[in-house]
Amino acid sequence: MGDQSAAKKPAVPAAPSDEVMIEIIDMHKWFGEFHVLQGINLTVKKKERIVICGPSGSGKSTLIRCINRLEEHQRGKIIVDGIELTNNIRNIEQIRAEVGMVFQHFNLFPHLTILENLTLGPIWVRKTPKRKAEEMAMYYLEKVHIAEQAKKYPGQLSGGQQQRVAIARSLCMEPKVMLFDEPTSALDPEMIKEVLDVMIELAQEGMTMIVVTHEMGFAKSVAHRVLFMDYGRIVEENTPEMFFENPRHERTKLFLSQILH
Amino acid sequence: MASAAQPTEREVLKPPPTSVGVVGWVRANLFNGFFNSLLTLATIFLLYKTVPPLIRWAFIDSVWHTGGQGCRQATGACWAVVTENLRFIIFGFYPYDQQWRPLTAMLLLFLLLFISRDRRYWKKSLLYTWVIGLTAMGILMRGGILGLQPVESTQWGGLPLTLLLSIFGLTAAYPLGVLLALGRQSQMKGIKTLCVVYIELIRGVPLISLLFMSSIIFPLFLPEGVTINKILRAQVAIILFTAAYIAEVVRGGLQGMPRGQYEAAEALGLNYYLTMRLVILPQALKIVIPPTVSILISAFKDTSLVVIIALYDVLKTTQSVLSNPKWMGFSPEAYIFVAILYFLGCFSMSNYSRKLEKELSTEEY
Repeated sequence: MGDQSAAKKPAVPAAPSDEVMIEIIDMHKWFGEFHVLQGINLTVKKKERIVICGPSGSGKSTLIRCINRLEEHQRGKIIVDGIELTNNIRNIEQIRAEVGMVFQHFNLFPHLTILENLTLGPIWVRKTPKRKAEEMAMYYLEKVHIAEQAKKYPGQLSGGQQQRVAIARSLCMEPKVMLFDEPTSALDPEMIKEVLDVMIELAQEGMTMIVVTHEMGFAKSVAHRVLFMDYGRIVEENTPEMFFENPRHERTKLFLSQILH
Repeated sequence: MASAAQPTEREVLKPPPTSVGVVGWVRANLFNGFFNSLLTLATIFLLYKTVPPLIRWAFIDSVWHTGGQGCRQATGACWAVVTENLRFIIFGFYPYDQQWRPLTAMLLLFLLLFISRDRRYWKKSLLYTWVIGLTAMGILMRGGILGLQPVESTQWGGLPLTLLLSIFGLTAAYPLGVLLALGRQSQMKGIKTLCVVYIELIRGVPLISLLFMSSIIFPLFLPEGVTINKILRAQVAIILFTAAYIAEVVRGGLQGMPRGQYEAAEALGLNYYLTMRLVILPQALKIVIPPTVSILISAFKDTSLVVIIALYDVLKTTQSVLSNPKWMGFSPEAYIFVAILYFLGCFSMSNYSRKLEKELSTEEY
């Protein structure tokens, strides 16, 4: 799968701009006594695409969950689009509306139809009129190639379809950044590609993306930078070419040898 | 190789003749083994001994319209105890010539309940219809305006009272219970403690003691000359009691919700109130429909406990009829009638809940 996606590389343009989208300065987080994130520094530019990988338990999911405050950090600063994440609930809700998130287990709302899943945020958070929200929802459903399922319920769709709906649901909020938390790990192998394809299309349109994934083909073809995390730290950070061909740290080498076979 | 041919062979294979048809069913369900065969025979014998005499007593030898004297001579059931006293059993001490008013109020209530069955009508307008309907029922029962003769609530009784206590009790207890459940899950310590204390205190005492408190102890704390309607006090006791139980059931539903649902709602920027209203509660309340309905059903039956504070609900009016020397000794017939009334109420509730569950299910293809 990696080779196939890598072949698409020239199709993904858009260099990052100079404007800063997300800035994380010396951020620490503990779960009880356990020091999950140990001083994270990261700057993400507008239109930049970052892939984060690393062994399980390295803190990569926790890192992106901190960006929209699903987890609370205890020290350091996180600034998203000029707004600092503090305990101010207004700030948090504002940032969450600007930051889209796609989960490993999709987390669609099972009691609502696909269309209702998509319009929920726009109608209640953005106060978009219902008619307009539905038009927008259909537009994004077309985009993830699933418009014909609009009236169904999530339980009636396959995993890959559900994940594409989840991506469309985030897009309906017209976010400035999209976070992906292992979006393909819960999928059957034959469904991974349809989700990755949608993500690649999104990349081509210049979306700012932070993706936690082990899909190295995706990283090679889409990412501007690849970060490797271990034990709560960013161990290595490089362009995909350098990262895969010439990893510097022993731990990175070991990790790559394990996942690339 | 052989397995490749099997599917087609399997299609034409017919089930062995003993497992289909009446004989097959009887053998599979009634006589599958020595012990089960014995049980089946014993049951058939018991039914033979009880059912025909019961039918004879209830229908063939029964009398329907006679005085107490005619009843004493009958060998079967004396349904006259019900038919002759129907108006007292149903309406209690409500003035005889005004009893069309509670009757109209009840019919109005049944009409409203019937309309509300259909989820297509669950809109704002239905709420207004209920408000108007309840006001109309209140006016009908109380009177005092529109040329209706005023009837004190102390004269209310029978079925209208039972329905009043249960319908208001259940509809008020449900939202209160949901709020208590949310409060118990709250991050705010004060609210959480308050809800826990409330729920545990109320669940720790029987309904009877709450009713006693509301009718005997509570008035002692009121200033001189202030009285609160007895029905209202009983009503509040029933609401408070039922709400505590509903709260615990709803809490179970809330705890059963996967963390991911909260996270997905939060990630969209929904605040706490919207997350609960749009995402969490619709799912959690759906999961707990069966236990909630159990609580509502038992609350409906528990309204009969108001007899102990001398309210004349439908059970108490029936008892009063039986204490009349003329009708003494016909309690089975009278109580069977009341049991049927309660059964109709409970059965329609559980029936409706099953229908609702099926409608709300999104699992089917």
